[in-house]
Amino acid sequence: MTAPRGRGPGTPWAGGRGHPRTEVERGTAPVGDSTAGPLVRPYTMTKGRTRPDSDGGRLDLITLVVTVADREDRTREPEHEAILRLCCKPVSVAEVSARLDVPLTVVRVLLSDLLAQGDLRTRVAAPVTKLPEKKVLQAVLDGIRRL
Amino acid sequence: MASADSDTQPTEAIPHAVKIIVAGGLGAGKTTLVSSVSEIAPLSTEELMTEASYGVDDLGGVEDKTTTTVALDFGRITISKDIVLYLFGTPGQDRFWFMWEELAEGALGAVVLADTRRLDTCFHAVDFFERRNLPFVVAVNRFEGATAYSEEEVREALDVSASVPVVMADARERMSSKEVLVQLVSHVLRSRQAALSG
Repeated sequence: MTAPRGRGPGTPWAGGRGHPRTEVERGTAPVGDSTAGPLVRPYTMTKGRTRPDSDGGRLDLITLVVTVADREDRTREPEHEAILRLCCKPVSVAEVSARLDVPLTVVRVLLSDLLAQGDLRTRVAAPVTKLPEKKVLQAVLDGIRRL
Repeated sequence: MASADSDTQPTEAIPHAVKIIVAGGLGAGKTTLVSSVSEIAPLSTEELMTEASYGVDDLGGVEDKTTTTVALDFGRITISKDIVLYLFGTPGQDRFWFMWEELAEGALGAVVLADTRRLDTCFHAVDFFERRNLPFVVAVNRFEGATAYSEEEVREALDVSASVPVVMADARERMSSKEVLVQLVSHVLRSRQAALSG
């Protein structure tokens, strides 16, 4: 058999563009076993770009992005508008991807467009090689204990 | 008036995001653990693999380049108004190793979920985190019908150092999963102290 394996029941590819992805069935969903290609060409909405034009380097999975409140009033692509609506509160790159059902690679391109246009802002990421600060770790520990 | 530099705008501060990796073989209970402590139902995101340069899939000679998707499941815990914690499950298959590098980048630490019926499925994870010097704990997920092993037996079978905590867990139980995370972050703090004084 050379046919690609399907995504399996319960995790349909929803086609991207705006409809929220079915959330993983609690506790039972197999993880990371989908190998079939998407049914839509993923880079259509980035006009063929697979890499961010600029600034994308600092967009890792957990980089938080937030919509700039006093952004310029102009017409934007629908997927850009969808991101701006979603990010009225700080949202991670991974979450933007999951909630809009757009692959991470594509989301990074779209987010970098918005950052370049000044529609989004992000926190300057700490160098990844740096040890996490003790006070951050302590706060995380205290926070988990409160769960 | 808004500042020209978007990073120094005098507006609401953006929280600091940190992440913990939850690793283990397929079916070890990664998503179960994440969902038991996450404030949102776990979300799934996809990374596309379109190039052969990762060296994972050999696409040589294939005319139509195929796109492979790798699903990543994750959850979120808001620690405070300044800190958000994300829990990422690793893709369960070895061929998605390239994703592990990205996941491990900047992570606080990792949980290796062990299924005692298939302990060998977490050898890779243990190796990976040891090589990267990323602090981790081993959480032995209890499965019905599985033989109960002692912490020592598991430690020996996995050949992890005495400093690595091995905890018994039930990933379905919020309090149990919480305890695993408490053990991990305490271990990260200890490792950090050791790194600074050593």
